[in-house]
Amino acid sequence: MPTNTIDGHRFSVNDEGFFTDRQEWSEELAAILAELVGIEELTDDHWAPLRFMRADARTTGVTPTLRRMQTVGGFDVKDLFALFPGKPAKKMAYLAGLPKPVGCV
Amino acid sequence: MTAVVILGAGTAGTMLANKLCAALPDDHSVTVIDQNDEHHYQPGYLFVPFGRFPPERIARPRTAQLHPGAQVLIDAVARVEPNAREIRLASGRTVSYDWLIIASGTVPRADQTPGLLDERLWRKTAFDFYTLEGAVALRDALAAFEGGRLLVHISEMPIKCPVAPLEFAFLADDYFRKRRIRHKVDITYVTPLDGAFTKPVAAATLGNLLEDRSVRLAADFAVSQVDPATRHLLAYDGRSLGFDLLVTVPVNMGQQFVIDSGLGDDLGFVPVDKHTLRSVADPRIFAIGDATNVPTSKAGAVAHFEVDHLVANLQAAMAGRPLPSRYDGHANCFVESGRGKALLLDFNYDTEPLTGTFPAPVVGPLTLLGESRLNHLGKLAFEKVYWNALLPGRSLPVPTEMTMRGKIPAGTKV
Repeated sequence: MPTNTIDGHRFSVNDEGFFTDRQEWSEELAAILAELVGIEELTDDHWAPLRFMRADARTTGVTPTLRRMQTVGGFDVKDLFALFPGKPAKKMAYLAGLPKPVGCV
Repeated sequence: MTAVVILGAGTAGTMLANKLCAALPDDHSVTVIDQNDEHHYQPGYLFVPFGRFPPERIARPRTAQLHPGAQVLIDAVARVEPNAREIRLASGRTVSYDWLIIASGTVPRADQTPGLLDERLWRKTAFDFYTLEGAVALRDALAAFEGGRLLVHISEMPIKCPVAPLEFAFLADDYFRKRRIRHKVDITYVTPLDGAFTKPVAAATLGNLLEDRSVRLAADFAVSQVDPATRHLLAYDGRSLGFDLLVTVPVNMGQQFVIDSGLGDDLGFVPVDKHTLRSVADPRIFAIGDATNVPTSKAGAVAHFEVDHLVANLQAAMAGRPLPSRYDGHANCFVESGRGKALLLDFNYDTEPLTGTFPAPVVGPLTLLGESRLNHLGKLAFEKVYWNALLPGRSLPVPTEMTMRGKIPAGTKV
């Protein structure tokens, strides 16, 4: 399993760069990683969905879907597309230190 | 008398009822409630649209699949009252339970995508195939289709039998090829995930299957609505895909009574401990099969692997003992890849799909994650196994816990 080191933070990732251990994530680290996915600065509007995802995944064990972000988290999917352009589900999972949403293959 | 009530007599509920009738002592009653008496062989749905499975062979009476010791009630569930340990039925009748198992599966909810149920579209140019009516209507539409843009679309995860849409795309390629109009049909596979294959080992092994069959891919597609006037599928990011034929897998949700009873999550799936299958809301309630929120595939194989664990755990719960049996998320399935071949997948909560071979007695090892004719025949032979061995609860020559025999873990060099 590869390990990333950024600004002195060491964390394990899979082949696509997603965290493999949720405990190694920190908000400080997320702020640094945001630049790598084309987001210059994480604002409160970014943090709200990311914090929801962390809390939700702690109880369900899985990364919430975009639909769940809307129905349970109360976030507008259009807003999420504006905040995390292109691939919000994947980018948000990456920044929240969670696995990307997957199918069975 | 201890009353065990099972809501749902599909694959999971039927297997469970039959095992419980055999396992529980005489002072226990097993009651199964379902809203109709039609048990469908759901793996057949995939083949109906291509005229490769006669619709009349899909359904058999539910009652005929159940142990004679089980009491069967044909009635819809209106609500479960966990505090009173009662189930209110649509007919007005009330049934009491000591132990309740929710096995009521998942429902395709076309109403959750705006525009999809518009009368200009629904079952005219937009179809589902996870229902018998949808599969039959689609068969007729495919037969009349002479060319144009076909979208094979998944609305949102999780869905029942997650690889079926991919299989549909492969079989559609076959179908149009045989009709000699493949060059007139533009097939696109549309998924909310980041690819058709989302797990590294599957992507590496199978990544070229779509390209080989000239099927386009539209990934990360979060559908916002369908425009019935212009026949376009619209995404939140502004993308828009036109179609002449839309084959969609609607949002999958649990039964409405699960939601109304406060026992479901936002999609109506029952939150359970993923190893013991006991409801997190109420220790008298368990769930099995597609109805649960466990993070593995919604598929018959999963229900099959869950049954023995649930029987052991329920018996322990009745005796006031700690629950002994831990389901590991084991799932496997045959994936039709078209051209008379199929793949076999095998995985659990912690293990990615494996390559290698699956040790199957009699027919010999089946190829994992590779296409073979034998896998295709295995999938066809499954119909008999389903009715005659799986549902009655006869033991199959497959262990419920995943073993690594003959399998090659991801990343291993061979």
